[in-house]
Amino acid sequence: MEGAAIATSGLTMRFDDFTAVEGVDLQIEKGELFGLLGPNGAGKSTIIKMLTTMLRPTAGGAVVWGYDIARERDAVRNSIGVVFQDPSVDSQLTGRENLDFHGRMYGMDKKTRKARVHEVLELVDLTEKAEVLMEDYSGGMQRRLEIARGLMHHPHVLFLDEPTLGLDAQTRRYIWQYIQKMNQEEGVTVVLTTHYMEEADHLCERVAIIDQGKIVALDTPENLKDLIGADIITLEVDDGVTDEQVHAFSKFDGVEAVDRSGSTINLSVDHGESRIPEIVLGASKAGVKIRSVSMHEPTLEDVFLKFTGKKIRESESSGAGMMAAFQSRMRTRRH
Amino acid sequence: MARMNIYAIYSLWLREMIRFFRLKSRVFGSLAPPFFFLAFLGYGFRSAAMSEIPQEVNYISFLAPGIIGMTLLFSSTFGGLSMLWDREFGFLREIMVAPVSRISIVIGRTAGGVTTAVMQGLIILIPGIAMGLKISGLGGFLLSLVFMVLIATTFNSLGLAFASRMKDMSGFSLIMNFMVFPLFLLSGALFPISNLPVWLRSLSYIDPLTYGVDGLRGSLVGVSTFPLAFDLAVLAICCAGALGLGAYLFEISDVE
Repeated sequence: MEGAAIATSGLTMRFDDFTAVEGVDLQIEKGELFGLLGPNGAGKSTIIKMLTTMLRPTAGGAVVWGYDIARERDAVRNSIGVVFQDPSVDSQLTGRENLDFHGRMYGMDKKTRKARVHEVLELVDLTEKAEVLMEDYSGGMQRRLEIARGLMHHPHVLFLDEPTLGLDAQTRRYIWQYIQKMNQEEGVTVVLTTHYMEEADHLCERVAIIDQGKIVALDTPENLKDLIGADIITLEVDDGVTDEQVHAFSKFDGVEAVDRSGSTINLSVDHGESRIPEIVLGASKAGVKIRSVSMHEPTLEDVFLKFTGKKIRESESSGAGMMAAFQSRMRTRRH
Repeated sequence: MARMNIYAIYSLWLREMIRFFRLKSRVFGSLAPPFFFLAFLGYGFRSAAMSEIPQEVNYISFLAPGIIGMTLLFSSTFGGLSMLWDREFGFLREIMVAPVSRISIVIGRTAGGVTTAVMQGLIILIPGIAMGLKISGLGGFLLSLVFMVLIATTFNSLGLAFASRMKDMSGFSLIMNFMVFPLFLLSGALFPISNLPVWLRSLSYIDPLTYGVDGLRGSLVGVSTFPLAFDLAVLAICCAGALGLGAYLFEISDVE
């Protein structure tokens, strides 16, 4: 079939008093592992809900695997698998029963179901746990079963909404492996949302950075980080530093950009290691007192900062209360 | 008319069956109240004379069909409202994102809820018989099954209708206490409604369960206030109305 896996044009979702998603234009290719990165409340989940036909856009539209999300909902639903942000299994059923339920909902006959249940359980290493009740699964196992379930009916596109939210670091690594494996082995197009930069960086072939309902940048993680330059040197300085003194940093060799927020100054620098002595010396000549110096290679966090003027975590604080409530709910459910 | 998805309907029904047979403690828990009503009222009022009950019918024969009606009312309303649990625990989204028409979802859920409710009604029949309920015959028993299905479908659909309009589970106990309990008490399950004062009796007449209980009594024991055909007709109309209402409200409800 011709064309992209997903194409949106001017996709917009307005609720009563605010606009959650505004004029999103996206093209996701077949077979791609694509990430939507942004803070909570940026509109990622709303985009997913529209693409999975759970919400009707208030303006604009989208085509998923050749089908219009508003007019051909059942065809879209047949083409996609969804792993929701919150748990969505029946905890009174076993793993196999949950998969069987799903297969029947998608019209799969008994023989096809049986073979496919076996395949997807193998893929996420849960064959041994097939007959165990979901309520006795750990959080990570439950997530893996949900991924297996999303793949059960051979979808062309699999949506994963915050697939590793609330999981520990080790489990998160495993989930990443499964996602990559199924992207390669099953050839399924994967669209995932995340607010973990390292997840988008590690996993996704292309990343769209989203803030306040709009796409602010879209490229491969490498290209996005290249926008920042080579390295980031972070200086913690005394509060009394003037903007002129800060501006002086931009005159140093190799310094491409200077960015100040409060007592933190970020410098984008080529070959950062070799520039540190120079910068520290220069700073003390200019009368700037440095409390600490650190350096790191650019991350998607820096890209986010560059395009939005804030850190992902800071921009989350507005929705912090909601998020805390949500997380405590997740905890009580997953343990 | 939206298309039917047979596999999906079967899948939803099967899920209710698996859950019913798995959650034995919950089934016993929900059967305890009707059993206690049957046992204590049945023995307690065994020899009390009630002028409106025909001489040849003992109180236990009068009471048992009412208690079966009660069992059906409570378990099927609960079954309809259990959509709230599915929403709370996220499983509703799994159902809603499947390429399945909403009417198929309503049919599958209702079929499951009705089956489990009727099974519970039949379980309550057993102690009733042990205590002295005399069933008039096989034909009467089969007709009572029809009444059981109609009662369960009516209240399962009403439960679904309420669940579709409710955002969370806070209204659950309100419905159970201020809708379900009065429906039970007004239905004449425990005493002849002709004993009630006129103003209360008029409320009984708009309670669908009144006709359900009367129909069960008529088909199982052979004694009824209204002609059985009349009970059947009224209940069938209520059932169709409730089913339509439940399906409509579910159709227009939000998933989130």
